[in-house]
Amino acid sequence: MALENADIEKIAVLARLQLTDNDASDYANSISSILELMEQMQQVDTDGATPLSNPHDATQRLRKDEVTCGNQRDAFMAIAPASEEGLYLVPKVID
Amino acid sequence: MSWEIVIGLEIHVQLATKSKLFSGAKVGFGAEPNTQTTLVDLGMPGSLPVFNEEALRMAVTFGTAIDAEIGKHSVFARKNYFYPDSPKGYQTSQMDHPIVGMGHLDIQLEDGSTKRIGVTRAHLEEDAGKSLHDDFDGMTGIDLNRSSTPLLEIVSEPDMRSAKEAVAYMRKMHAIVTTIGISDGNMAEGSMRCDANVSIRPKGQQKLGTRAELKNINSFRFIERAINVEVERQIDILEDGGKIAQETRLYDADKNETRPMRSKEEANDYRYFPCPDLLPIKIDDAYIEAIRHTLPELPDQRSARFMSQLGLSQYDAEVLSSSRTLADYFEAVVAVCNDAKLSANWVTGELARYMNQHNLEIDAAPVSATQLGQLINRIKDDTINGKGAKTVLDELWNQAGEVDTIIATKGLKQVSDIGAIENMVDDVIAANSKQVQQYVDAEVEKRGKMLGFFMGQVMKASQGSANPGQVNGLLKKKLDALC
Repeated sequence: MALENADIEKIAVLARLQLTDNDASDYANSISSILELMEQMQQVDTDGATPLSNPHDATQRLRKDEVTCGNQRDAFMAIAPASEEGLYLVPKVID
Repeated sequence: MSWEIVIGLEIHVQLATKSKLFSGAKVGFGAEPNTQTTLVDLGMPGSLPVFNEEALRMAVTFGTAIDAEIGKHSVFARKNYFYPDSPKGYQTSQMDHPIVGMGHLDIQLEDGSTKRIGVTRAHLEEDAGKSLHDDFDGMTGIDLNRSSTPLLEIVSEPDMRSAKEAVAYMRKMHAIVTTIGISDGNMAEGSMRCDANVSIRPKGQQKLGTRAELKNINSFRFIERAINVEVERQIDILEDGGKIAQETRLYDADKNETRPMRSKEEANDYRYFPCPDLLPIKIDDAYIEAIRHTLPELPDQRSARFMSQLGLSQYDAEVLSSSRTLADYFEAVVAVCNDAKLSANWVTGELARYMNQHNLEIDAAPVSATQLGQLINRIKDDTINGKGAKTVLDELWNQAGEVDTIIATKGLKQVSDIGAIENMVDDVIAANSKQVQQYVDAEVEKRGKMLGFFMGQVMKASQGSANPGQVNGLLKKKLDALC
């Protein structure tokens, strides 16, 4: 499946990436080649194979429902670019 | 043309865990901003989520309560979007393999019949933080306390056909989640909120109409109003030959209208994929069955028992089983006074009126179930009349003491001394000869109504303390003797 520049531009918008026109063509080519590889892999006969999420067949570890972390606001906020009244400040969001 | 309304609801229930879905930060409403976060909740690079076992237990409990298929192999997925109150750039949710599959619940319709509503699925996901758009020098403030708070998103089938059915479904869902104890169900604090998918189609048509999604409705009253106003909007458009746009709309309670949400033209491309930071959750039958055995009596079962065992009306039984705390309170009152009907009247009547006035839930009532039971006992043994009882409740509400002390100090003991009442009745008859003559001259069927005047006079003379039943009997006897 070959991607067009328009597809790349849409993905870039969704990922909040800024591209030049040249970037778009380059990415279209390289992502298309990855998709080609996947198409090739999809030709492998997997009928009867159980999907595997990881080679160790591990499952999710569970955590006890306990509060283990207290208030660390001062430490976290010290590395924030902007804060006020205990809030992190970000460029104005209009929605 | 006659239209059929089709409604499906997505309900977000905040699970009542102590800590967050993926971190050991405290979950709680109303704390100082950003004091309940960890590196995981802030989406710091290198931090990894660890799943809260209590959230899993609660989700499975819910699944067993609605008789659903439980996903023995469920998977967390990333729902990708950018918004500053979601610092990771995605919400950890579930897509293809939710923890709870197809289930159902029954709602009671106004005509007393029952309707089954399908529940498509319920999945675990994390909540986002909050954006505060007050002006901070042209910037937006972000509070991440709510970030990673565990939510169960419950998606219904498009089975509801009116706003009233949607409210009944939401109420039943509220009763279930509070009864099984997985959420406090506090809608004002956002513990339960709902999105409604609303469409209309000509009656008889199979194909569904184009739907609008109404976002973030946070009270029972607003569900009904928001759906009704949206249905009117859609009918107007279609009857004018227009088309419904599939879009997300916001209900404005002040203006009682829905309007499209500005924004995010391409936001609905969430590019879900399995979360590489979290492994699949595997559970077995033994785990599910152990949880099924812990299920308490569910609202429908309790309501049925209230009717069959305590003789309550369907309406009272449903109201009283609508939350576990309310049902527990009611049963505690009955345990003291052994009168289900009077208990139901007082809990759903006078007490409910006070609760509404002060915007309190039953577990915060200043009047204990024991006190209300004692109060009812004093009505039953004729110590006080209805009016006196209301005064006692008022005093109890203000925590002025115990029932018997209040009756004594306020002088509310009703006069049941037949001699004393007879004197008052005689006085009133003697003092109102004109009204007595009218009573005598009136047609028999009109006299009952006229008795009210004399009742009022006697009750006034006794300063409200006379036993109304005795007054009524004596008055009737003595007046009828004059006819």
